Amino acid sequence: MKAHLTRRYMFSASHRLHSDDMSEAENTVTYGKCNNPYGHGHNYALEVTVSGPVDESTGMVCNLVDLDGFVQREILQRFDLENLNTREEFVRTVPTTENLCTTIYDILQRGFTYAHLDKVRIEETMMNSFEYVGENCVIQ
Amino acid sequence: MVYLTRKAEFAASHYYHNPDFTAEENQRIFGKCNNPNGHGHNYTLEVTVKGEVDPRSGFVVDLRQLKEILHREVLDAMDHRFLNKEVPEFSAQIPTTENLAIAIWQRLVSKLNKAQLHRVRVYETPDLFVDFYGEA
Ligand SMILES: [Zn+2]
Repeated sequence: MKAHLTRRYMFSASHRLHSDDMSEAENTVTYGKCNNPYGHGHNYALEVTVSGPVDESTGMVCNLVDLDGFVQREILQRFDLENLNTREEFVRTVPTTENLCTTIYDILQRGFTYAHLDKVRIEETMMNSFEYVGENCVIQ
Repeated sequence: MVYLTRKAEFAASHYYHNPDFTAEENQRIFGKCNNPNGHGHNYTLEVTVKGEVDPRSGFVVDLRQLKEILHREVLDAMDHRFLNKEVPEFSAQIPTTENLAIAIWQRLVSKLNKAQLHRVRVYETPDLFVDFYGEA
């Protein structure tokens, strides 16, 4: 039987929303306070949802040790307590939470092979959250 | 179609062990959860049902009935219990959050008459939950 497992992680990072494709005025209008050149930070909550048949011998979709290990190595070590703008992932894209969401999805999609990746959800603040389920999928 | 979610909490203990595995395998796969004396969680359960709104009552489901079914079928059996020893489903299955969600689904699915069961969500801790939609 197929179940969907969601694990929640926390990380903190800073960013500045600024696009080189826009004029200074346009950046200010588009990003407002988030355009402050010194940046600002958030405590992000990341939810990773994976799915698959529940293994009869373990009762699990995948071993949490594997999922936690992957996320720790590939996501949290990369972004926790970092300035997102200085990361290679955001050399060309603006580190909005939309882009963070799809970036994390792609890293998991490429590297995590123990279960099917359903969804990546990020809460930037208590008021804003973002979800990505890949292309051609609908949020359940 | 309208979806309605009812929440409930229960506290229970469990441990993970597969008698077909060697002691070393059990330890490697289940880690600290393999301790036969068990450990406990405050589980949060979310049951979502779906259906058309009854034009007379304005309800998808009679919440009082849903609450009763939830108590009778799930909470009376699982709250303040050692899942491995006191809940029959787990005499042959490991009481992981996945299997718990499936067991709760199976306990509820035939008992609802008007509304249809949509999802069972079980939180083992605030940062780990499993959804089961009755998928084969
Ligand atoms: Zn446990």
